[in-house]
Amino acid sequence: MRRGKGVHEMKDQEMELKEKKEIKKVAGEGTRPGPVYIPAVDILENANELIVLADMPGVDSKHVDIDLKDNQLTITGRIDRMESDKEVSLYSEFKWGDFYRRFTLSDVIDQSKITAHMENGVLRLVLPKVEKIKPHKIKVVGE
Amino acid sequence: MATIRWQSGPRGASDLDRLRQEVDQLFNSLTGGDEPFFSRVYPALNLSEDADHYYVRAELPGVKPESLDISVVEGRLLIRGERKESPEEKEVYYHRRERESGFFRRSLNLPGRVAPDKVSAHLKNGVLTVVLPKPEEAKPRKIAVQTT
Repeated sequence: MRRGKGVHEMKDQEMELKEKKEIKKVAGEGTRPGPVYIPAVDILENANELIVLADMPGVDSKHVDIDLKDNQLTITGRIDRMESDKEVSLYSEFKWGDFYRRFTLSDVIDQSKITAHMENGVLRLVLPKVEKIKPHKIKVVGE
Repeated sequence: MATIRWQSGPRGASDLDRLRQEVDQLFNSLTGGDEPFFSRVYPALNLSEDADHYYVRAELPGVKPESLDISVVEGRLLIRGERKESPEEKEVYYHRRERESGFFRRSLNLPGRVAPDKVSAHLKNGVLTVVLPKPEEAKPRKIAVQTT
């Protein structure tokens, strides 16, 4: 675990293009043809919650699926096709594809309070931790 | 200018075919050779056309419209902008930090003439689409063949 501030200061820095990371096979059903990419994520933690930010350009909020089972968090994003049928590609530096990523969470998450929203192609997922059970005090009874 | 049409290879195309296709693409790139295919310049761009327009698309997740500056100068499309870090409270620990922020600047030689005053751009779900209409005289025209 790293301290949040000062580790990766990116201010005034020119961005570099990173190649999209493709995954060959996605476990589970309901996959469709075409490449599937691993979204870049930030995972943050504060006292009460875990926050996951995931870059999923082209994915509408209606097409995000979040699944949490046995501490396995799975994020799936399906993209909407942008090009019309009349368009012909002239030059291409990136391919479109759906997004998929799975994490194992160490904390116990209160599933009923998970919230998620998409804004400008970025998923923000807030996973509240289960309230810590108060330490049970054992009274030592004197004689 | 030659029109380069890119199609995904036939089903079962070998990796070698795909590699050759990518190498061809590299040499035929419309950036005029001053920017190699894997230029590492953010963002990656796709260019397409139909009869009336050129379309340039880029994946820009987390970039707001107000932090983008798009212009067309002498047959070149210029895209400049900034991706800002999302403000988070101070008391946080980062488990992973893969998403980048910073400034970017990218240009692309357009393959034909466009009407600069009619260029439009919009962002949807983190994808930028720049629509560049072709001028009337550059649009394909159907010529009726007359019989005498």
